[in-house]
Amino acid sequence: MSNLLERLAEARKVGDVSRLGDAIPYARWMQIAPENGTGELLTRMRYHDELIGNTFLPAIHGGTLGAMLEMAAIFHLLWETDTGTVPKIVNITVDYLRSARPMDVIACAKVTKQGRRMVNVFAEAWQDDRSKPVATANAHFLVKSDADAPPSL
Amino acid sequence: MGDKAMDKADRIALFQQWFSDTIPHNKALGLKVVDARRGFAVMELPWRDEFVGNPETGVLAGGPLTAMLDGCCGMAVATMLKNPEPFATLDLRIDYVRPAEPGKPVIAEAECYRITRSVAFTRAVAHHGDAKDPIAAAAGTFMLGTKGQAMRPAMADKK
Repeated sequence: MSNLLERLAEARKVGDVSRLGDAIPYARWMQIAPENGTGELLTRMRYHDELIGNTFLPAIHGGTLGAMLEMAAIFHLLWETDTGTVPKIVNITVDYLRSARPMDVIACAKVTKQGRRMVNVFAEAWQDDRSKPVATANAHFLVKSDADAPPSL
Repeated sequence: MGDKAMDKADRIALFQQWFSDTIPHNKALGLKVVDARRGFAVMELPWRDEFVGNPETGVLAGGPLTAMLDGCCGMAVATMLKNPEPFATLDLRIDYVRPAEPGKPVIAEAECYRITRSVAFTRAVAHHGDAKDPIAAAAGTFMLGTKGQAMRPAMADKK
């Protein structure tokens, strides 16, 4: 049983999703973590200066927005679905809608279509005004565990 | 004063400064500019344990690749601009073709294959040294003439 899935089981037991962020080195480094204090599962990327991609505006690096949307989708799949595996990303398309200012970015995700092996997820990120998203993404994930997968996977 | 007068090492040093050293997130990733010429950009992402996305397998998270490919495609756009102007990513699609190998640096090669007055079109691959055996493939479009200040050098002077 994997460390991440063990962590997930512990987090579920106490109903606190925020423990998942610590289990992923990249999420820890980026200060990206899930939260469910309001009852809704959200993912927050805490602002720090290393996120900046444009020092003149200033604006957060587009790559970090794509990264946090992907993490939001992964946390959503781990927490809200019962796949029993760590989802493997196949592809992601990120649309950049507004420049993101130097402050926290928050994202939510939802499953658009759940298949047996493949899941399509939509994620949306905003800052202080949820009605003004800074970026959205669509992503596909393989969610079937390797043991059950055909040899080609 | 075009890039003909500038040799490869100078071009790389210039883009290293403009695209990595002065862009905080690229600097935090440790991105190294390997090559820059008209329409093409090559960057290297060194391995760091902090980039791991799946602690069981040690495989790289998608995020560092996304940020690197965004930056590399953006640099390919910058090499095409006659006059420096600000631009921004409009969209970016990434196919994760196979897992990156733990411990290995990643190379990204980007090409800006079409540029219009308002939009630049790019594609890129990320690999471990052989572009024919990619880890990820990307397609990105960029909006030109966005607000802000141009922070990139003009190096494209097509005679």
